[in-house]
Amino acid sequence: MSDNAKPSLQQKSLPFGRSLYSHALQSCMLLCIGITVALVFFLILYILIRAIPYFSWEILTTKPSYLRGTIGVLPDILNTIYLVFTALVIVLPLGVGAAIYLNEYAKSQKLVKVIEYAVETLAGIPSIIYGLVGMLFFCQFLSLQTSLLAGSLTLVIMSIPVIIRTTQESLKTVPNGYREGAFGLGSARWHMIRTVVLPCCIDGIVTGCILAAGRMLGESAALLFTAGFAHALHGYIDGITSSGATLTVALYVYAKEQGEFEVAFVIAAILLVLCFITNYLAQAYGRHMKKIKQ
Amino acid sequence: MNLSDKSNKDSVETIASTIFLILGVINIGFVLLICVYLIIAGLPAIVKIGPIDFLFGTKWASTAADPKFGILPFILTSIYGTAGAIIIGLPLGFFSAVYLAKIASKKVRYVVEPLIDLLAGIPSVVYGFIGMLVLVPSIRTLFGLPDGASLFAAIIVLAVMILPSIIKVSITALEAVPQEYELGSLALGANEIETYYRVIVPAAKSGIAAAVVLGVGRAIGEAMAVMMVAGNAANMPSLFESVRFLTTAVASEMSYSSGLQREALFSIALVLFVFIMMINATLNVLLKRGGVKRK
Repeated sequence: MSDNAKPSLQQKSLPFGRSLYSHALQSCMLLCIGITVALVFFLILYILIRAIPYFSWEILTTKPSYLRGTIGVLPDILNTIYLVFTALVIVLPLGVGAAIYLNEYAKSQKLVKVIEYAVETLAGIPSIIYGLVGMLFFCQFLSLQTSLLAGSLTLVIMSIPVIIRTTQESLKTVPNGYREGAFGLGSARWHMIRTVVLPCCIDGIVTGCILAAGRMLGESAALLFTAGFAHALHGYIDGITSSGATLTVALYVYAKEQGEFEVAFVIAAILLVLCFITNYLAQAYGRHMKKIKQ
Repeated sequence: MNLSDKSNKDSVETIASTIFLILGVINIGFVLLICVYLIIAGLPAIVKIGPIDFLFGTKWASTAADPKFGILPFILTSIYGTAGAIIIGLPLGFFSAVYLAKIASKKVRYVVEPLIDLLAGIPSVVYGFIGMLVLVPSIRTLFGLPDGASLFAAIIVLAVMILPSIIKVSITALEAVPQEYELGSLALGANEIETYYRVIVPAAKSGIAAAVVLGVGRAIGEAMAVMMVAGNAANMPSLFESVRFLTTAVASEMSYSSGLQREALFSIALVLFVFIMMINATLNVLLKRGGVKRK
């Protein structure tokens, strides 16, 4: 951008029509950006201000009890962690492997086009459809029942495009000279990828993981029919094989079906903070890596 | 290097390349899996009910003694809702994008862009929740309605939800226009605003169209937020009445459905899927023409 070369708007010589056009559009833009920014601030402040009075150590560290009439979100937090962890562990090799194939191995340009089209299609399918297919395939056909495992497998298919895209982008930044050099020294392809190419694009893979985790945290429609609604407190192995509500599903159930707005606000605030953290991490990490490379 | 070591290395290489081939091709498998499952699950009910009665029937009464399965109300609601969201969200997003891409100083962008990322990252249930608590009651009092949960509330929530994707894709498209266009126009005596709107925006129009189509795809596929604010009655769409979208029709009855009703729900999902595939195809064409990468 050449800031010094721009003529100023308030030139007196402009005819009335042109100056009206300019000023109208400029106020329009200021109005729109103002509305957008105000909207974000309203959402953040509204959620935080309504949620803070209800935050307590108790609500974060207990499970809901009908006997005492208390509500806690610990099971939902744990379920979310189990779900995201499992899905990431599975999606990482799948997505990175596919990206490596597309970028390093594929010889037929046609196959690459087809696979890339498939990945784009996966990225555009709405989550409710993933939920349905996940229910039919994982819960019924593979008889996993409604469990966190079925939920995380559904999320795996959903978030593969994110991992593939970010990995591919960072694979493309590795200079071809590195590859040619490794080949010239007699390295075979996999050896070259493992020792030369992959270490150079760890940053892209990590960013992809953070983005995918952010998407999984916010997902709800795909989990409604695959992961279930239970609020029981479990260890990892029990938790992953039984039905459990994540934070988002719990928010939906508390707000829409039970009218428990206090706990719903607490969950909304937790989700907002998590979303803020994942966004910040992805950005900070990307910036950090760019600096190192320069 | 002795011979056995070399053949060992070769076999590792063969195994690695096979594994990567499988990992690449498996993605096609995922898409096929989704297509096949939706078609197997969705077609029987369409055949049983009759495609015309199903797609153009105006009455949905799945649990009545004489069940009716017409999904025209859902299709129209989805279309109207999406169109409404675009009508509100596009100008807002478009002008914001031009401002951010061309006029805003670095400092402003540094502050505002993370906010827009945050808007993109907020889970849809949170939007639904806020819509339920803030929007629905205010629509009720503002327009004097018995219940504020309506198509109008859903349109506003959807408009907010598609705003970040419209802004971000438009910014990328605007920034992809070569700087010579801008300099040339300025040198010919146009002022900045005229340059942005008469030179740069027309040059970026494919990318901006892609932003709109992306927004359409988001809006038509959104389920949870809409479910919380739209009221979920199977009415023909009308701005201030309780309505049901294609997505919410599936989600709201799935948990207690059985028999033909359940099959019909899968058929609705199939119809939604067909819509999404058409939108995706359009999007791909536009992105290619605009030279903008999908983010």
